[in-house]
Amino acid sequence: MRREEEILVGLLLDEECQLTLGELSRACRVHAEWIVELVEQGIIEPRGDDLCHWRFSGSSLGRVMRVQRLQHDLGVNLAGAALALELLDEIRRLRNRLSIIDREL
Amino acid sequence: MQYKDYYAVMGVDKGAAQDEIKRAYRRLARKYHPDVSKETDAEKHFKEVGEAYEVLKDPEKRAAYDQLGANWKAGQDFRPPPDWDAGFEFSGGGFTDGDASQYSDFFESLFGQGFGSAFRSSQRGGGGFHAPGQDHHAKVLIDLEDAFHGATRSITLHAPELDPRGHMITRERTLNVRIPKGVRQGQQIRLAGQGAPGIGRGAAGDLYLEIEFRPHPLYRVDGRDIYLDLPVSPWEAALGAKVKLPTPAGVIDLTIPAGSNSGRKLRLKGRGIPAASSGDLYAVLQIALPPADNAKANELYRKMAEELAFNPRAGLGV
Repeated sequence: MRREEEILVGLLLDEECQLTLGELSRACRVHAEWIVELVEQGIIEPRGDDLCHWRFSGSSLGRVMRVQRLQHDLGVNLAGAALALELLDEIRRLRNRLSIIDREL
Repeated sequence: MQYKDYYAVMGVDKGAAQDEIKRAYRRLARKYHPDVSKETDAEKHFKEVGEAYEVLKDPEKRAAYDQLGANWKAGQDFRPPPDWDAGFEFSGGGFTDGDASQYSDFFESLFGQGFGSAFRSSQRGGGGFHAPGQDHHAKVLIDLEDAFHGATRSITLHAPELDPRGHMITRERTLNVRIPKGVRQGQQIRLAGQGAPGIGRGAAGDLYLEIEFRPHPLYRVDGRDIYLDLPVSPWEAALGAKVKLPTPAGVIDLTIPAGSNSGRKLRLKGRGIPAASSGDLYAVLQIALPPADNAKANELYRKMAEELAFNPRAGLGV
């Protein structure tokens, strides 16, 4: 089969997708310690009691990468990045609601 | 190749102090950061600003750039003069901490090859330099219906890449990607190893596809929930009726309860985007008035006016 005709099946990063601490840090190319810091800041919330049994949802991966970019590009610290993420999520929710309401009026 | 006016990109004078340039960069970076900005072309602007700052923040690169002369205009066709960087000493050399592959040909021609040697030798030295390839990010536009049934999308990526001689080239490749059933707006699909190739024995980067729904003429999407405006006649709303309702999965029958008003939301559980816990579909009732454009219709409206004691403004106290 030619390469162009191959159909790639990726990993959908949703709630059902469960990543271990190792998988998450490898995918984001950061130290596990840094992920632990993000958990302590409440930026991402794993399921499971202790570090070895932590499982992160797929959406955590996007959050970790956004924090990386915000830190690297804008020089914000972790607490600032956490705040920015929450505000950005809220803005996205509101914008979406607004687009639904706009059409209802 | 087009000349780039880095001072104009940063919105500062040619004589701007380093502090001023740094402040301008911080402000523009916040404004155009793709994770933050809603500006159109935010990513393009952000890259331009990053490239301009990469040159202007470094006194050596800035001096070399200034030396090109003040007569160039942005967009003008540009070739670097031969030996243009002669007489400058470059300590760091080449790209610094920026993301080199994102920069323009203009930058590349000035600072990519002849400029210092550290970068090139690390690329071509062969002797034991390994680095993982970069992750790539792309958006993939799908229709709402694709989220219901799953789909295969063919996407074309244009990735800048260094050839074996250290030159920047753009490689085009097409991938066929499975879009799984149940995806939502903004979710990502990770394709391991489909990013930029690694350097040396470094592993290839990953490709992240962000799902974006094309605007739909009928439906609005909120997470897994779907909203649809459903026009009904005054008598269907008042008396109740069974009407046809289009859903992304096909037409269904919906019962309108008697006494419904405009704006009422009727929830159809589980008719949203399918998942372990599927979303819901909301039909938002819109009462559509028949036009009073003939004698018969006029007579009916007049009869309603006479026989229904109805004041729509009772709530306003008038």
